[in-house]
Amino acid sequence: MAMTQIPGDFGFGADEEMLRDLARKFLDENCPITELRKWAAGDPLAVYERGERPGWSEPLWREMVELGWTGLAVPEEAGGAGFKAVGWAALVEEVGRHALPSPLIATLNATHVLRAVGGSAAAGCLSRIASGETATLAITDSRGRWESFGGDVVATADGDGLRLSGRACFVQDAFKARLLVTAARQAERIVLCAVPADAPGVGLSQDHIHDLTRDQATVAFTNVRVPAADIVSRDAEPVIRAAWPSILVSVSADLCGAAEWQLQTTVEYAKTRKQFDHPIGFFQAVKHPLVDAMVMIDRARSLLYHAAAAIDAGDESSPIAARMAKSAASDAGRYVSDRSVQLHGGIGFTWESDIHIYFKRSLHDQALYGDGVHQRRQIADHLIGPIGPIRS
Amino acid sequence: MSTDTHETEKREFQEYARRWLTENRPPKPSFRLPLNAIEVMTVEQRDYLQDWQGKCYAAGLVGADIAKEYGGGGHKGFQRIANTEMNRAGAPFLFNIVALNMAVPTILVHGSEEQKRRFVPGALSGEEIWCQGFSEPGAGSDMANQQTFAERRGEGWVVNGHKVWTSLGHFAHFMILIARTSRDHKYDGLTYFLCPIAGHPGVSVRPLIKMTGESGFNEVLFENAEIPDSLRLDAVGKGWTVAMTTLTYERGAAESAGGGGGSLLDPIARLIALAKRSWAGDVCAADDPLVRDAIVAQAIVAEGLMQNARRARVPALNDHPMRVALQQKVVVTEFMQDTARLGVDIAGAHSTLYKLDEAAPDAGHWPLAYMASYGNTIAAGTNEVQRNILGERVLGLPKSK
Repeated sequence: MAMTQIPGDFGFGADEEMLRDLARKFLDENCPITELRKWAAGDPLAVYERGERPGWSEPLWREMVELGWTGLAVPEEAGGAGFKAVGWAALVEEVGRHALPSPLIATLNATHVLRAVGGSAAAGCLSRIASGETATLAITDSRGRWESFGGDVVATADGDGLRLSGRACFVQDAFKARLLVTAARQAERIVLCAVPADAPGVGLSQDHIHDLTRDQATVAFTNVRVPAADIVSRDAEPVIRAAWPSILVSVSADLCGAAEWQLQTTVEYAKTRKQFDHPIGFFQAVKHPLVDAMVMIDRARSLLYHAAAAIDAGDESSPIAARMAKSAASDAGRYVSDRSVQLHGGIGFTWESDIHIYFKRSLHDQALYGDGVHQRRQIADHLIGPIGPIRS
Repeated sequence: MSTDTHETEKREFQEYARRWLTENRPPKPSFRLPLNAIEVMTVEQRDYLQDWQGKCYAAGLVGADIAKEYGGGGHKGFQRIANTEMNRAGAPFLFNIVALNMAVPTILVHGSEEQKRRFVPGALSGEEIWCQGFSEPGAGSDMANQQTFAERRGEGWVVNGHKVWTSLGHFAHFMILIARTSRDHKYDGLTYFLCPIAGHPGVSVRPLIKMTGESGFNEVLFENAEIPDSLRLDAVGKGWTVAMTTLTYERGAAESAGGGGGSLLDPIARLIALAKRSWAGDVCAADDPLVRDAIVAQAIVAEGLMQNARRARVPALNDHPMRVALQQKVVVTEFMQDTARLGVDIAGAHSTLYKLDEAAPDAGHWPLAYMASYGNTIAAGTNEVQRNILGERVLGLPKSK
């Protein structure tokens, strides 16, 4: 890949700023917390007793498609907007800030992988995504090893096509996705297929999850026929690895946006809630943890834009930069979530408060594609060297 | 000047700075250099560092953005480039740090034309060394509680009082001094002076010994010390406002006039090297998952600091203009502390050894750096005070005092 220098301002220019500001305005108007509650957190029994999938707004999603958001990261030649990573990451921050339930992030992550592939099958998928088709990655095994792709799906040759059998686990927003970008093992290699969610032999079984702002599923493949035209890659491991920094940046951006909402909401509460004749934010036991949360969020945001800029520059530092961003974002999400409940006191512990909605979205994101410890373990191999035989 | 021309000039300056530093970077001295400017103790350390700053100034790497009439280079956006290149070259730090980061920017904001011409060039070149006289035995975090008193007498002022924690005081020619000129108002009773120190009648400098056993900072006593009114900075009673300018530069902007001293990633590389020759139980410390996690966590903080500095300059990525800048003091000083502490942990049994012991890893660096780090988490407004400022000014929380 041609290397360009990573720009000092992260390459965050007028276009990116406009995209971000429009997204913020659109979501402020269309996804206020009162609406979000109606869709996602009306009746606790619905999700947690009866096992219903949490709600979301399909009409709002259609507006987002009209705005071209599914095609943000799709190259212009495939009919997308071809935004840089710093652009779509800024938009995802806004999505996180509003805890928006939608297939946007899943579709973006599928887009990252398809972009990394190149080729005509991938290009076809990308142009369908740009015109509004939703997609998600079905690449994770039942053990939840985020970086061991396609472990429980077997591909066997069927003419010039393939047959898939097995299951993909922890598939994000699977019930909202039309296209499953699926990894499967064929002998020693990993193949990547574009499988329509309604293809014969594909069965979704809902995961019962804590987060109210997405769905997740185990996807069963029973002798699913994949025509040659839908085989996106016959050697997908390096492709998914190449897309991995972008995937981590998407989730980190969501975490950062959500964390900023959690911080600001808790700050507002600390300014108004009075105890011992003072707003509780007067007390340093409340003030200082909020500052620490801000510091962690800012670290994560700075690392996020650095990673996005490294991706845009095609810089070889992008895998480590993205892992640093995800580590920092997961840890910031963890800390600000913890403090947001604790500092709200009794009300923060209730269903009635909005705090738990973000707490659970963040909790899900913290684990997704590897938590802080996982990322640091991988960075250590790069920075320190692999764990070896006993040294001197 | 068009943007393109300016960008070309900046590139040329960067190439020049890099070349000059490669050719002129001094050899490592035979004696130990301290970790930073506030720990400069000996005359040989001072001479070495003063010589280096003088050369950097003559080469245009110090004061690059300061107006020519005050001895600067008269450029825009060059200092940051010079700082980056000095760090990158692993050049010695610029030791006249109170001058560069506090006195010069404050004089440029509040000084008279005459004061600017008189004091800025010598501060930049390092010929005149500056110290800071803000802290007193009874005025630490509560900085406005100044008791040092300057009494108006004729055309000048007579100062009596006691300043403490005065880094570089034993070498200083001048002090930026806050003194009380009225006991009727806590804040409006303060006035700011540029006070002569070395050899000045009525001023005595005595070393204070730090917990590490080293000197490096001082107490300064004023007994009927006379200061002419021409050395008053800004109006009588405006001392608090002027001091806030100083603190803003001290805490926020390390790039005001000069840089140097190496990258934040240097201590990470040293930690890794230490881990590779230390033991964690029966395995090499560099193979221990907990040690590895802790080192990488610090590397992420270091990278975060560098990227914060970068993002702080992109207005579109900052909801509040001071939000990131005001954090850096807390984060840098705690990073240095935590990193030193991690080195102590990794060194294990060997962390018990003082620098006199030949078996002490890195000449006893880690425990000494750990103890010395408290100087920075306490100085320039304790990190607790910094957290109040961040909570109040950035997050808008009610004032704790």
